[in-house]
Parts: sequence; structure tokens; C-alpha cells
Amino acid sequence: MFSEIAQYFRTEALPHIWCPGCGIGTITAAIVRSIKTLQLDQNNVVIVSGIGCSSRMPGYLDFNTLHTTHGRALAFATGIKASRPELDVFVIMGDGDASAIGGNHFIHAARRNIDLTAIIINNSIYGMTGGQSSPMTPHDKRATTSPYGNLERPFQILDVAKAAGATYGARATAFHNQLLTKLIVNAYNNPGFSVVETISQCPVSYGRRNKFKTPADMLMWQKEHAVMIGQKEAVGEDFSIGEIFKSEAPEYTGEYAKLRQRLKGE
Amino acid sequence: MSKARLMQGNEACAEGALAAGVKFYAGYPITPSTEIAEIMAEKLPLIGGTFIQMEDEIGSMAAIIGASLTGAKALTATSGPGFSLKQENLGYAIATEVPCVLVNVQRAGPSTGLPTSPAQADVMQARWGTHGDHPIIALCPSSVQECYELTVKAFNFAEEFRQPVIMLMDEVVGHLREKVELPDAVEVVERKKPSVSPDEYIPYANNESMIPAMANFGDGYRYHVTGLTHGENGLPTGKPAVAEKYLERLTRKLDPYLDRIQLYEEILLEDAELIVVAYGGPARSALEAVHAARSEGLNVGFFRPITIWPFPQEALEKYAGRQFLVPEMNSGQLVGEIERVVGRRQVQRLNRIDGELITPDQILQRIREVMTHVQ
Ligand SMILES: Cc1ncc(C[n+]2csc(CCOP(=O)(O)OP(=O)(O)O)c2C)c(N)n1
Repeated sequence: MFSEIAQYFRTEALPHIWCPGCGIGTITAAIVRSIKTLQLDQNNVVIVSGIGCSSRMPGYLDFNTLHTTHGRALAFATGIKASRPELDVFVIMGDGDASAIGGNHFIHAARRNIDLTAIIINNSIYGMTGGQSSPMTPHDKRATTSPYGNLERPFQILDVAKAAGATYGARATAFHNQLLTKLIVNAYNNPGFSVVETISQCPVSYGRRNKFKTPADMLMWQKEHAVMIGQKEAVGEDFSIGEIFKSEAPEYTGEYAKLRQRLKGE
Repeated sequence: MSKARLMQGNEACAEGALAAGVKFYAGYPITPSTEIAEIMAEKLPLIGGTFIQMEDEIGSMAAIIGASLTGAKALTATSGPGFSLKQENLGYAIATEVPCVLVNVQRAGPSTGLPTSPAQADVMQARWGTHGDHPIIALCPSSVQECYELTVKAFNFAEEFRQPVIMLMDEVVGHLREKVELPDAVEVVERKKPSVSPDEYIPYANNESMIPAMANFGDGYRYHVTGLTHGENGLPTGKPAVAEKYLERLTRKLDPYLDRIQLYEEILLEDAELIVVAYGGPARSALEAVHAARSEGLNVGFFRPITIWPFPQEALEKYAGRQFLVPEMNSGQLVGEIERVVGRRQVQRLNRIDGELITPDQILQRIREVMTHVQ
């Protein structure tokens, strides 16, 4: 029910820009529900995004919101969190935003294990610019800039996150909305850099070119190909959902606070 | 009371930032600016501030904007190649009106150029490096003392006008060591915070002062910040009338304050037939040359723009009709402004692009040549 979460929306910013059938709306609702579940103070929440369809989300939400430049959301968020660690900082990025132009900031945010909750909306495509391939477009799939099928191999962004030092990685889909809400709550509760990859559907710029007739077909694909981690191995087009990895490591802003404390003692 | 100290320009810049209340530094190492980062790394954690070495200059610029939005006075420093990388987010800070200070200790370019040699190669990049119409403030010190004083001013301008300010230094002043007098206290300006309740707060109000009050993230004023063209409420707009209003204010926001922003120095101008216009490191050579020329009986004067952007054109316009000589450590950048103001025929150039400082002798030589021509 929208009325349950209406207080978190800027209704004056509506209508939104997303196409009919787009997955970003349901993901937005999941994010807002997780913030509600966590009972976070709206004044203390900052939502940062890059550029793309996904990144338009913060504009519709009633928090401290920052819509930055393409790929740079995590670098802006790093400045916010490092300067004022008590703020609850969520970062919304598209797959291209996070893994192509923002790839460097992504691995370094992970390496620092800075306490940000990063949500990557993976619709397998550059949505905003009309359907060009991204580093997360699956092999062989079509995009306007890979009209003969994508020759490149896609990133497994959670593998990248883990290898770079992130301490929490989870995956859900626009279809698995309740799971997504739960995973965002857990990601927030992890004191370090947390990544939630959300498989989403872009019917207009991806679906049409890749044999999906309707948005519902894309949601069915998400349902059929998602396998819960620990229950079954993901093979072929299948992918795991749930908590993919979790570990403990020193968190950047905490370490910096300790440094200040130590210097006071000297 | 003030304390005298022997200091390097970069060090004085860092000290000025601390005096102005800097609390956050993000940067990426690059010669000849690195000393500023090193000093910040050492000092900021001691005063409850934060230093972070980012993965590149794009991220550094992003991080200081983020920090500034939480209320921290924020600084970054770089040189040519890094200055290029900062341009996109510099534009973002301008569009979103987030105060911050960006130091560029210029070196010779293009590209990697001559990393340890002085130049004034980024004068036009400081003005138009980021895309789109925009206001900018760039200050140009020519002594170590000024590195200190102008850095304080840069922060004050940034906070007062919600505007990124560029400290356009050069390797000459950045690495020069000379005596500075550090005052016990400096005038420090803080950004204007909203005086109304969150319900009434208009984050990008087109008010008369042209400078909207700025709430910090986390202080109860929830609002949207975007690099998209936005209305007074901060939300993106595609409406031409709203876009025009925003851009009108943004591009003219400094106009009411120009007399305070445009700093310059005038020496021996009254009877000067030839005026040497110089800024930054080469202004030192220029002033020496002007004095030497005077002792030879030549009527030469000295005009030094300290604020190079917005260019102090009205101050210079007063001398239209005289002859001008513009020495620069580039192939001719600021000279275009001077030509625009006083007319191309009145202006002679003196350029040096081999990575060496223009010497007083070189300038004196040219003064003599031009003066014989004038007489
Ligand atoms: C520096 C820069 N380069 C390119 C663009 C153009 N651009 C806007 S959004 C976008 C890609 C968006 O794709 P993605 O990040 O996957 O997000 P989506 O729109 O699919 O949510 C691009 C290339 C830009 N705005 N800035």
C-alpha cells in the first residue's frame, strides 16, 4: 500500500520519468520499506545517486538527496560519510553507472570498507541513453551498440565487490521484492561497505531487443532463473539470490575516528 | 601581534586554509601541489577534521562537494592534469552552489607537460574548463604571504557566495620560500544558514541577494540537490521559464559583489605611458622591471589583477588609451581579456613557454623596445 510509505515521498516531484513496466518503481518501494523497517530518522538519511534512470530515484524521495554526476555517486557519498559518519548513507546506481564509468570509485569504496549501503539496479543496459550495452549486459545479448550480440563478458559485480574488500554482498530482483527489502535492511546493518545488486527489467530498451514480449515476461524470467543461495547451484542463465557473502573488516570512518582519538592521547 | 615565519607558498596555502576553518580535504597526489595534501594529512585529524586520499581527482572533487554539503569547509589541491579531471564536478559544484576551494598549482602543459616547471597554462581552463555558462572566481597569488591571505579569502568567498573558488597558483609561488607574517586572527566568513523552518525553506530561492541560504545535510532541512537544471525547490525542471530564471541568477550571482571580489594592485600608474599587466609569479619580475625602467626615466606603471576571474575590467578600463605590455608564462591567455578591455592595438605580449620563469631583464628589455616605439 502506497499510503504506508507515502511519508517518504515528495509527491510534488511526481509523476516519475520511468517507462511503464520498468522495475525501478518496485525497487524504490523496497528501499523505502527497508528504511521504514529500520525506523531511520528521515532527517538523518542521505540518498546519493549517479546519472541514469535508476539515479533519478532520490528526487522522488523525501530525505537529504543528492543526484550527482555519472559514475561518481560513491565518491560524493564517501565525502559525506567521511565528513559526517553519523548520517545513514544509501547510494543508488545503475549497472553502467556503478561498473563502467564508476568502476574505479566502486572498487575503492569497497577497499576502504566505508559504511555505505550501495544498491545497484542492474537492468543489463544503459536505460537512460536508450539501450546501449553496459559492462553488465550478458554475453550475446543485443543492445543498440551491440547490434550483433554482445561480444564482451559481463562483470559479476558482487565478485568484484568481494575481491575489492566489501564486507556484504547480496542479490535480489524486482520480482523478489520482500527478499529485496530484507536484504537492504541487512546491508544497512552491516558496518562496512555493503552492496545489494538488484536485477531489474527494462522492457523498452532491453526487453524488446532480447525476445521479451512484455514486462511480465521479464518478471517471469527473474522468477524462473533466480535460485536461492545455498539451496541450488546457479547454472546457465540462472543466478543466485540472497546473501552472497558476508565478512568482517575494519570500517574506514571508524578507523579515522580512532586515529583522531589516538592523536589526542599523544 | 603576528608571527613571522619562513614558509613555502604551498605551505602558506595550507596554513591559510586552516586559519579559514577547513575541516575536510580530499585529493590525489600531483607535483607541484602535493605538499598541500601532505600538510592536510598531518593536521586535519588533529583538529577533528578529515583527510582522505581519493582514487583520482574526479573522486576528490566529488568528495569535497559531499563533505561541504554536510557543513564542512572543504579543500582540494592539484595541478594541470588533475585540474582537467576535476572539471566535470567543478561544474557540478557551480550548478548546485556548493562552497569549496580548489587549488591549482599550475605547471607547464599540455598533457603531462613539464611536471616540475612553472607555467600559467590554465588561465582559460580556470574560466571555461567546465562546460556550460557559469560564474567562477579565480585568485592568483604572487607571493607566499598572498598564498596565505588569498586562501583565507577563497574560503570566505566560497562560503559567502556559495561558489567554488579556484586558487590559481603557479609553481613559482607554490615552491618559493619567503618570510610571511601570520596574523593571530583572520576574518572568517560562514555560509548563510536558513533562518526559516524546514517547511518554509526554499533551497534555491531566487532572492534579492542572489545567494540562497544553505542548509547542511542532516540538519533537518531535507532537500534535493541535482546537477540537472532545477527550480527554486531544487527539483529538476524542463520548463523554459523556470530554467531561465535559475540560469539568470546563477550566471549573474556575483554581479552585485564584484567590487569586493575583484582584487587588483596598481603601482605608479598616474603618469604611466606603458602599463605592465602581470599576475602570479611573473608579476614579481614585472614589478622589478617596472622599477628598473623608472630609474632609467621611463614612464612605466604596473597593474596586477589578483582576482583574474571575474576579470577586473572596470579597473583596467580607466587606463584605456595607454600602452600595455602583458608578460605571461603561457602563449598568451589573460592577454585576450586585456585586449578586449583596452583594444588590441594598445597591447604588446611577452610570452615564455619553455618552463622557465620570465626574468626582470627580459621584461625590462621589452619595456625599452616598446617605449622607443611609443616615443
Ligand atoms: C560523463 C557522462 N557520460 C555519459 C553520460 C550519458 N549517460 C547518461 S545515463 C547513461 C547510462 C545509464 O545507464 P545505467 O548507468 O546502467 O543506468 P540506467 O539508466 O539503466 O538506470 C549515460 C551513458 C553522462 N550523463 N555523463
